[in-house]
Amino acid sequence: MFDNPHFVKFLFGRLTWESFPFHEPILVATFVVVAAGGLALLGAVTYFRLWGYLWREWFTTVDHKRIGIMYMVLGVVMLLRGFADAIMMRLQQAIAFNGSEGYLPAHHFDQIFTAHGVIMIFFVAMPMVTGLMNFVMPLQIGARDVSFPFLNNFSFWMTVGGAVLVMLSLFVGEFARTGWLAYPPLSNIGYSPDVGVDYYIWGLQVAGVGTTLSGINLICTIVKMRAPGMTMMKMPVFTWTALCTNVLIVASFPVLTAVLALLALDRYVGTDFFTNDFGGNPMMYVNLIWIWGHPEVYILILPAFGIFSEVVSTFAGKRLFGYTSMVYATVVITILSYLVWLHHFFTMGSGASVNSFFGITTMIISIPTGAKMFNWLFTMYRGRIRFELPMMWTLAFMLTFVIGGMTGVLLAVPPADFVLHNSLFLVAHFHNVIIGGVVFGLFAGIAYWFPKAFGFRLDPFWGKLSFWFWVVGFYFAFMPLYVLGLMGVTRRLRVFDDPSLQIWFVIAAFGAVLIALGIACFLIQIVVSIRNREALRDVTGDPWNGRTLEWATSSPPPAYNFAFTPVVHDNDAWWDMKRRGYRRPLTGFRPIHMPRNTGAGIVLAGLATVLGFGLIWYIWWLAAVSFAGLLAVAIGHTFNYRRDYDIPAEDVARVEQARTRQLAAGA
Amino acid sequence: MVLKFLRIAAPVALGVLLSGCNFVVLDPSGDVALQQRNLVVISTVLMLLIIVPVMALTALFAWRYRQSNTAAPYDPDWDHSTQLELVIWSAPLLIIICLGALTWMGTHLLDPYRVLGRIASGQPVLRSVKPLEVDVVALDWKWLFIYPEYGFATVNELAAPVGRPVDFHITSATVMNSFYIPALAGQIYAMAGMETKLHAVINAPGRYRGFSANYSGAGFSGMRFAFLGLTDAGFDKWVAKARAAGGNLSRAGYLQLEKPSENVPVRRFGSVDPALYKAVLNMCVEPGKMCMSEMMAIDAGGGLGLAGINDTLPLTYDKYARRGAVFGDRPSFVAGICDIDELRSAAPKSLAAPRSMTPINGAGLTPPQGILPAFKVLQLGTLRLPSDS
Amino acid sequence: MSVIAVSTAAPGNDAAPVFHLEHEHEHPESASTMLGFWIYLMSDCLIFAILFATFGVLGGNYAAGPGPKDLFDLNLVALNTTMLLLSSITYGFAVLSMQQSRTSATLIWLAVTGLFGIGFVGVELHEFAHMIHEGATPQRSAFLSSFFALVGTHGLHVTCGLVWMTTLMVQVGMHGLVEANRRRLMCLSMFWHFLDVVWIGVFTFVYLMGMLR
Repeated sequence: MFDNPHFVKFLFGRLTWESFPFHEPILVATFVVVAAGGLALLGAVTYFRLWGYLWREWFTTVDHKRIGIMYMVLGVVMLLRGFADAIMMRLQQAIAFNGSEGYLPAHHFDQIFTAHGVIMIFFVAMPMVTGLMNFVMPLQIGARDVSFPFLNNFSFWMTVGGAVLVMLSLFVGEFARTGWLAYPPLSNIGYSPDVGVDYYIWGLQVAGVGTTLSGINLICTIVKMRAPGMTMMKMPVFTWTALCTNVLIVASFPVLTAVLALLALDRYVGTDFFTNDFGGNPMMYVNLIWIWGHPEVYILILPAFGIFSEVVSTFAGKRLFGYTSMVYATVVITILSYLVWLHHFFTMGSGASVNSFFGITTMIISIPTGAKMFNWLFTMYRGRIRFELPMMWTLAFMLTFVIGGMTGVLLAVPPADFVLHNSLFLVAHFHNVIIGGVVFGLFAGIAYWFPKAFGFRLDPFWGKLSFWFWVVGFYFAFMPLYVLGLMGVTRRLRVFDDPSLQIWFVIAAFGAVLIALGIACFLIQIVVSIRNREALRDVTGDPWNGRTLEWATSSPPPAYNFAFTPVVHDNDAWWDMKRRGYRRPLTGFRPIHMPRNTGAGIVLAGLATVLGFGLIWYIWWLAAVSFAGLLAVAIGHTFNYRRDYDIPAEDVARVEQARTRQLAAGA
Repeated sequence: MVLKFLRIAAPVALGVLLSGCNFVVLDPSGDVALQQRNLVVISTVLMLLIIVPVMALTALFAWRYRQSNTAAPYDPDWDHSTQLELVIWSAPLLIIICLGALTWMGTHLLDPYRVLGRIASGQPVLRSVKPLEVDVVALDWKWLFIYPEYGFATVNELAAPVGRPVDFHITSATVMNSFYIPALAGQIYAMAGMETKLHAVINAPGRYRGFSANYSGAGFSGMRFAFLGLTDAGFDKWVAKARAAGGNLSRAGYLQLEKPSENVPVRRFGSVDPALYKAVLNMCVEPGKMCMSEMMAIDAGGGLGLAGINDTLPLTYDKYARRGAVFGDRPSFVAGICDIDELRSAAPKSLAAPRSMTPINGAGLTPPQGILPAFKVLQLGTLRLPSDS
Repeated sequence: MSVIAVSTAAPGNDAAPVFHLEHEHEHPESASTMLGFWIYLMSDCLIFAILFATFGVLGGNYAAGPGPKDLFDLNLVALNTTMLLLSSITYGFAVLSMQQSRTSATLIWLAVTGLFGIGFVGVELHEFAHMIHEGATPQRSAFLSSFFALVGTHGLHVTCGLVWMTTLMVQVGMHGLVEANRRRLMCLSMFWHFLDVVWIGVFTFVYLMGMLR
């Protein structure tokens, strides 16, 4: 039966033994390590009989807090992969001089820089940002959960599905060799006939569905589920940025979905959207993908701005300066982010008037951003600043981000862009804003809200060590790239002919090593904190003397978040409650209506992932079966009308009494 | 005045700071790149006006209002000041107004499509000087330079006489690349089926780096070329050397050259098919393939109707032995309905008198009844048809 | 919802602020669902916007092949448009019946809507099959690619709507016009009318203006 090539082809599509990269020792070694680690993890879970617990309490959960935590875990795991790519690139570029080819062939190197970009944006930054929004925002607005709890679970698992496909490309087949935005014609079937771009397309499509749905969900939550008294202009700034980010998600991810679908049609059906022949227009892809791509960077940075706003006012012990202008600045950035996409390709020859229009709109974005910077500055003014870890990240951000902002505005001047476009200066710029803005913000947010999520603080020593490695490492890694950009060195080069450049690449590689140590310290920090959790325990639920509602409940919060729905009178609701002598109610608890856990999300996302795999490898029967399964499960799920339950009043009372005892013991 | 001062002082300061390294972007040798450099410097200085105070204030406030400094005032409810808000919003606004004005002017003055007005500060282009025309084709993974004026072509080596404006016409025979010589002028994309332009001048003799600044696949790292700025005599010698190299770059030869190759050494072709560049630009070097210009003119007239449906030929040659899409047709192209001689002789300037096109000798095409496509010249975005060049 | 609050503030404050609700603060599910579904429709609208834009850019690139005049049969399209518009009206009747809590009338109107929908998809498939048979495949030119993508995506949406409608009819049959089913019927209603609006765009922009091109 297996001798029949037609049958084998039917069964496995274009998947053959050659698809497994046994000939690449780096990949084989990685696979062995990953497989060993994975088996150890699976073994441990089995040994400790955790499968049932994980399934019931985590995989099928609709609790926004747990889903948020799972997003963060996904982000950290993918950060390790994305960073491994980064350090391999740095090493290759540091040694590929004087006739040396380095250690990576083009086939491998080109996959690495593509995967690095895709993973860092879609599977590190996006999950972490979404995770923080998921965890924090409902608590901040005094809600019990998000608007559509099941959808939240489904969105998370779709993101995981996309990540699984991208990770799979490491060991089965290959990833795209096109750069992270996969411009055609390079990504068309003619120039990239292999599975790489298909992994890219279906990985992002699967994850993109999750992201879009999660965006809709969080918008609804913010619009509809705010606690009584919390008007729009009384929302915490993080919630405002979350709202704007999710509006951006909903208004931009469909563009990505559509343009990738068109690219998929070109590759699978042979249509002519982005081909050179038959009237296609590859430049349309570049336009469309950046119509998504530019809002995307604001999707990442706006929540980071929100985190900094919360952190600054908490650790300065002061109201946020200029709340109103902060809100308007966020909204203005949201709108303007749609009017600037063309600055990513001034060099396409669109003409001077078009270029200067988009250049100037880009610069205008720096006005609200600058105003935000001043607002944080004047929040610190006349404050009492505690230099805890979140505040340190915030200061590092303020000093680093302005440099990135400056080089960004510089790149928005079209004639300047002509000499700096696609150069390492550009690479340094966007790492400057993404690391200096988004990553620092995420670390600030993790340090800030970790006690809320787990009930104990993170160890400050390892945290500070991680902080210094990250910050110093960042400057070592990316300042040389600015220099190289001014020396006219372009990006994505695998080998170099000018030996005088080497020293800068060596410095940059050194910086990458420092950042690696920073990541290691971060992981050690978590392990150490878990081991010392009793010493780091926070029983108050408000370890930082916080200002917003999430600090009003216990750490970790109960499943229902708040025993009684809070009523809000002030921007800094919890600060206001504390100041006016709020006392926790101790009696009168009532049953609380909550959504029920469901396994439909993980099953649907699993089927979508299998569908993606079938499409990537042309295994049509698998694609058809999984698609039918997807449809059946989705329809079947709608026949489930019992989706909620009530937490009995006695249970609520028991949880709240436990907290009362804890508070008394801590006092 | 301030700008003028900065224009002089800043580069000098930078030059002292960075001497020893080859900061080609900050110290270029072409007038266009020099003006772009000036814009980079001026913009940076303008922004530093606000960036430096912000950074200083951040450090100052962080230090002064630290928790242990109980001497500093503490005002936990102070969260608004209209005057301060006004400053906060207007300071960046003012900078951006200046920068915006600068951008508008700079973008128009340094538009790569704009014909050069000067070859250096205070040296306008003389009307008698005829610019050097160079047709640039990005191939996988090398650069082809055609000198139509002199009738020869080179691969991976480009030269221009010092002080003579150069008009580049740039296209790609493959994926998108970016034509960039940092010492000469800013980059511009090279895209298949489209033509971009670049006007530049080199002001100092020397050997400069040129390369593709947009990732284009496996051989991208080796897609470099040398750009030689030569004296007039040196240039003449270089031209003579190229011409003496012999060899003819015909269409067939070009199809050989077009095949992917990496780290290609310099090659010279003493003569070149004069219609080659137009054919490359119109993606019709392969025999029998319809040119873009022709296709666009036909499309502008409403297409060839149902009769044109089957006017395609299977692709027999392809650089990559490309596979078609799994559910698609076999790879194919639109068959030409007039041959290259017609293209060469007359690409119609405007709505010329309709030519008789019967019998149409396209492959698989039944002679249509009364289809007389009105030819007209389209100008779509970056695309310039050969007829208006 | 009555807000009954307990004062838990410390005595001595001038005004006794209310810091929590004593009763459970109900967020009725349907309130969010309508908004959420509407936002989803807007995101879907964006996908159509991209496809329209693509058609706008590529719609004239016939690659020396056939153009709209050679391919479109306006009579067929007019029939299709009529069917879809009528199906919107009949869906409206279904919603009216639902509001009067008349289960069987609702189901009948839904069935009529569904039949119109099936008719629409059938005619569209016939049109596609005819074009492909003539050789005007999506691969022939960018114009045809963008045409098939836009019109096909709309047809795919209508098909999804039909699957959804069938499911809902079964569910209404099983559970009657319960709150959840009413909510779902309203969502499908928005979806169906949305597809109608998109079709008016397709009809105008692709077919009518295509014939004028």
